[in-house]
Amino acid sequence: MSVTIYVPGEATAVALGAEAVARALQAEAARHKQPIRLVRNGSRGAFWLEPLVEVQTARGRVAYGPVQVKDVSGLYAAGLLQGAAHPLCHGLVDSIPYLATQERLTCTRIGVIDPLSLEDYRAHGGYQGLIAAAAMQPAAIVQAVIDSGLRGRGGAAFPTGIKWRTVLDAPGAQKYIVCNADEGDSGTFSDRLLMEGDPFCLIEGMTIAALAVGASSGYIYLRCEYPQAQAILGAAIATAYAQGYLGPDVAGTGRPFDLELRLGAGAYICGEETSLLESLEGRRGQVRFKPPLPAIKGLFGCPTVVNNVISFASVPIVFERGVDYYRDFGVGRSRGSLPIQLSGNVARGGLVEKAFGPSLRELLYDYGGGTRTGRPIRAVQVGGPLGAYWPESKFDTPLDYEAFAQAGGMLGHGGIVVFDDTVDMAAQARFAMEFCAIESCGKCTPCRVGSTRGVEVIDRLCAGDRAHQEEILRDLCNTLTYGSLCQLGGLTPYPVLSALDYFPEDFAKPGARATARS
Amino acid sequence: MSGPRALSIPVRAAPGADLSKAESAAVLEAVRAHRQLLGPLLPVLHAIQDRLGWVPPRVVPLVAFELNLSRADVHGVLTFYHYFRQTQPGRKLIYLCRAEACQAVGAAALEAHAKRVLGVDFHGTSADGRFTLEPVYCLGNCACGPSLMIDRELHARVTPEQLDALLASGSP
Repeated sequence: MSVTIYVPGEATAVALGAEAVARALQAEAARHKQPIRLVRNGSRGAFWLEPLVEVQTARGRVAYGPVQVKDVSGLYAAGLLQGAAHPLCHGLVDSIPYLATQERLTCTRIGVIDPLSLEDYRAHGGYQGLIAAAAMQPAAIVQAVIDSGLRGRGGAAFPTGIKWRTVLDAPGAQKYIVCNADEGDSGTFSDRLLMEGDPFCLIEGMTIAALAVGASSGYIYLRCEYPQAQAILGAAIATAYAQGYLGPDVAGTGRPFDLELRLGAGAYICGEETSLLESLEGRRGQVRFKPPLPAIKGLFGCPTVVNNVISFASVPIVFERGVDYYRDFGVGRSRGSLPIQLSGNVARGGLVEKAFGPSLRELLYDYGGGTRTGRPIRAVQVGGPLGAYWPESKFDTPLDYEAFAQAGGMLGHGGIVVFDDTVDMAAQARFAMEFCAIESCGKCTPCRVGSTRGVEVIDRLCAGDRAHQEEILRDLCNTLTYGSLCQLGGLTPYPVLSALDYFPEDFAKPGARATARS
Repeated sequence: MSGPRALSIPVRAAPGADLSKAESAAVLEAVRAHRQLLGPLLPVLHAIQDRLGWVPPRVVPLVAFELNLSRADVHGVLTFYHYFRQTQPGRKLIYLCRAEACQAVGAAALEAHAKRVLGVDFHGTSADGRFTLEPVYCLGNCACGPSLMIDRELHARVTPEQLDALLASGSP
């Protein structure tokens, strides 16, 4: 009986050497004439331990990490295949505190299963949600999603079920399901981890959406910066077709659902839903006016559900475990769980899925372990490049959509970027304007012109003309906030003004702009 | 009064007549493979770039003709998306992440180093034609930056020294 060894095939693990480690393990197994079964799982998201090698034993899966090629022969000698002790051994993977204390509802299977094995997926609860949903009327499916309290995980936090109901009620013979997998926010990677670690979960969630609203066709719009996700998702879709989980009769329900993977082309703005639809239709990714909402007039003018990867992937568990089960996690109007991403200058970066409610501080220190450089945390940016920069005084804010909004920030997609005390906040503010200028679709003037003016104003402000330029900057930000067509221009003032409000000293010193302090 | 003016309408050659064999083959193959899709233009441009390494602007008329779009439509899309290249890249493409999570761990220093050793600014190709340097805004490797991608291969926690080693290694 060959021993099963798991080595992630996920992009970050591979970037840290997982591919070479997998080859070395195979070679070492051949040398010892001990055949192994190598599974390329997803990453569990504890990135400081990647490449994390897991060995199946009678006790459970024993974890070793971070493993490099040079460690492999020593691990074998120590008894890797028996799960024996070694300086790199962390015991059972399920007992690693970082992972054991999480509340994984959406990302339950990531790192656990072979992402391309439908058998593995089904053995871990996969497609039970679809089977349950298929027995329900469309309106009942939609009502269950409404009752679960699930809100859009892409950042806007709009109630998913309400969006679905609008599409269900919209007249039209052709409706579409579109997955927004254009995860362009810096500091976020949960969509990618899910697509690379549990792609069938996304497919199942989209299929349930199709049953709910009466759609027969769907698209996943994936950013082209994710080649690994592209390969895994493409293979998963092909497998789902081959085994009857996509196509004219989905899982024996008698209902058709076709799914196509499309690639973006490096435009941040295509993460905005109407821009994404334009891009899918083969045009420049320019934002559309709303109304009409995409739910009424979306892709090719048809009623369309547009949801983020994590939103769709959170749907199967609602039907597998029940509405109450999901809704009973969380606080206030933020129900269920949020896959949080710890990134930037953080000692233990990775994916932490928790029910809504813990404080930012808990995430930063208990999970993140402070900065990677060992210096004090000076600022964090939550919610992507359009999120506010917060100082330590805000770290007790609970992770909850309303609490964040009330504190002048935005929880968004749950990405947390950590900066130590060497950060130059004036440079960060300038970058926010520069990024907006680079990525603006150009349709509305506040964003197209205002972003470039913003860079200039910040440069002049830092050069010493403080009072006058600050007045202009605040006025400009007001125009961006209230005059922009979409949230790119509308939210760029968040990082800019939060940097100015909470870290004014960085704007005072001449020469502090544009380049980060070294 | 002068006599009747001669009306001269230039006769345009068939679209694609000025393309090399490889270029027209890339376009026609891309169109053949994706024509049946709804909204096929992005997949077609991706396929052309996958094959040629870039999308030469001179293929625009043929793409437009084959997809029954205006040249303005195709030009507009080609120029909108950062990923589509209108100039020939070096033998390897380096995508260096400039986004916040990588900034927090030294991306600016890595960027300055890359520009110095390659002798180029962003979008430039090194004099020996080996490398083209492009900025990218997030590779999704945000817990293990600074990140860069060489062709389709992702690299994590890249130091200037490691970048030197990456540039020195490899075939081109």
